[in-house]
Amino acid sequence: MASKNIVCPVCGASCDDIQVELCRDKITVKNACKMGNAKFQEIVGSHRIRQPFLRGKGAVRPASWEEAIERTAEILTTAKRPLIFMGSETSCEAMEVGLHLGEFLGAAVDSNSTVCHGPTAMGIQEAGRVGATAGQSKSRADLVVYWGSNPLESMPRHMSRYAVYPRGYWTRRGRFDRTIITVDPRKSITAENSDLHIQLRPNSDYELLSALLTLLHGKRPHPSVEKVTGVSISQMEEMLDLMKNCNFGSIYVGLGIASSYGKHRNAEAAFNLVKELNAHTKCVIGALRGHCNVAGFNQIASYLYGFPFGLDFSRGIPRYNPGEYTAVDLLREKDVDAALIVSADPVSHFPAACAEYLAEIPVACIDIAPCPTTMISDVVLPGVIDAMECDGTFYRLDDVPIYFQPFTKSPFSFTQSNEDTMKQIFDKVKAMKR
Amino acid sequence: MAEIILRCKGNIGIMVEAEVIRPDLFAGKKKEEIEELLVWQGPKPLPLSEFFDVDVSRANPSDTRPEEANILIEGDVSRVKRIGQGMLAGRIEICGSAGMHLGAEMAGGSILVRGDAGSWAGMGMLGGQLHILGNGADHIGSAYRGSWRGMTGGDIQIDGSARSQLGGGLAGGRILVAGNVENFCGIRQSGGLILVKGSAVRGTGAEMNGGTIAVCGAIKQFSPGFVETSREENAKVGDMRLEGWYARFAGDYALGKNPKGSLYCKEG
Ligand code: SF4
Repeated sequence: MASKNIVCPVCGASCDDIQVELCRDKITVKNACKMGNAKFQEIVGSHRIRQPFLRGKGAVRPASWEEAIERTAEILTTAKRPLIFMGSETSCEAMEVGLHLGEFLGAAVDSNSTVCHGPTAMGIQEAGRVGATAGQSKSRADLVVYWGSNPLESMPRHMSRYAVYPRGYWTRRGRFDRTIITVDPRKSITAENSDLHIQLRPNSDYELLSALLTLLHGKRPHPSVEKVTGVSISQMEEMLDLMKNCNFGSIYVGLGIASSYGKHRNAEAAFNLVKELNAHTKCVIGALRGHCNVAGFNQIASYLYGFPFGLDFSRGIPRYNPGEYTAVDLLREKDVDAALIVSADPVSHFPAACAEYLAEIPVACIDIAPCPTTMISDVVLPGVIDAMECDGTFYRLDDVPIYFQPFTKSPFSFTQSNEDTMKQIFDKVKAMKR
Repeated sequence: MAEIILRCKGNIGIMVEAEVIRPDLFAGKKKEEIEELLVWQGPKPLPLSEFFDVDVSRANPSDTRPEEANILIEGDVSRVKRIGQGMLAGRIEICGSAGMHLGAEMAGGSILVRGDAGSWAGMGMLGGQLHILGNGADHIGSAYRGSWRGMTGGDIQIDGSARSQLGGGLAGGRILVAGNVENFCGIRQSGGLILVKGSAVRGTGAEMNGGTIAVCGAIKQFSPGFVETSREENAKVGDMRLEGWYARFAGDYALGKNPKGSLYCKEG
């Protein structure tokens, strides 16, 4: 049976126009990009985790669902300070249970944005953000800046669906009505498809932003900035002119801002630039959120507990201090002694010291397919694929919530969704603590 | 002077939060009372005696004056956070290295660390003295996350080097670093003085709007929003004098049209 308007659970674009036809062990997908299509194929993939596993004395063995849930709860309740890591490949509903579970246990709760756009969220706290929905930018933006991002490879449909090619109400000729600037040390394919490529030196984003702000305030930046950034002041002026003289500028920052040296200071400077450009024209800024629902955790955690990521509940109230309560720091400093990892693979993506420590401590994880994190886990609970097998909510890259409905159902009798699994763990934890 | 000695009992696993280790809280307390003060390990409150032997043989419980209280900490407390946080008077001496938030928001008294200090030492400090004989980590004397106003008074001295965001949001008081600093030293500074004897990497004085920074060594990536205003010989910064010729810059013009910050850089 064919299903329409399915939401793709892969990147932050949350494309909601996917068409799917699933017949037994074959799935046909329309409208999705390569990345999206690959994930839809997982549903019939042979390597899908189809039952719980437990590790006892080094060897892994299949286990019953009850046993696995029990062991997970045991790991969490016997730890002095557990870490709950809510990955981005699941619904806000599951994340909400994770946050409440963290509060109940006095745990640390973090999410993928800690190694992704966390610094961007911190930049927002420092400077504030002028933002817009993707629809606004589509209808109005005649200038698009990709700063430290390469959407053609990381969010393949961003340009065609939201930002560059679509025809909007005030941008009727699509691409022809828009100017594209890319700021990237590499000559990426996005840069090749832009009108202006500012090829700055790696790790000099802060200086470039700072120089643009200085020019905006009527002063000539210190001459050393040309050497530091590899960009001439005249090129900066050209860029600034384009920005000041557009009707509606839309800047999309990527990890080039958030994860190069300077981190949240880069993001803060970018937000300040946009704030001040609004004295000249309308300008907005947003992050190209990489993974599926990575924006969701920031939203849910902020409205429930006041902070976007890296929350610590050990003193009964939510606390926040990136560098102290964030997952990488907690693991590197060996400041947690157990972990529950949901729909994420930190063993692949965290620094080696953190991955090593994860292998030492008791870990339970929920995942759909084998990965380095499932290999070091003591309990592996099979995951349900959000947007395919259960309904729920993702936040899109522009922080708009997208409700998704499944086209099939959970393949398991023991759980209907990751939210369901999290609730079962929480119930067991409560029973044990009582 | 009443001296209370805390001896670390052994390796501390999960870090401990011990904002109760404050001379003005210890003053006039009996040994048992000090032992029963609560510290936190993860979500669990535990008595101080779980981690420290308390020796009051050199103390005088009848002397309740906080300014006379003196705490000597022996052993490795690099996994003990918030020592001396918010203290108003008295003295703490740490023989080894200290954990995060040492002397954060302290308003009076003094702390001496013979080893290194963890991040956020002296965060939001209001007064008193913090002397680090070793190195300081990140955010020493800085503001609370997201705030633009950090330390407003007091004195921090680092004999070694400090890492990034030293004195972020500094609004008053003084920070002296004998060694080097890394990135964004004095970011969002609006008052006070930072003196770095060694060199800095980048972002020095970024977004500053007041106060003074002097760097005696080199700055690798100069902040673009600073404009040279004068050259000065033996310039006076705060109550100190810089030796030799310095270029004085005003900034940060990336922050606004009329910033009031001063950055001194050694010439040549
Ligand atoms: S752009 Fe992202 S959300 Fe859209 S189909 Fe591709 S992977 Fe899926």
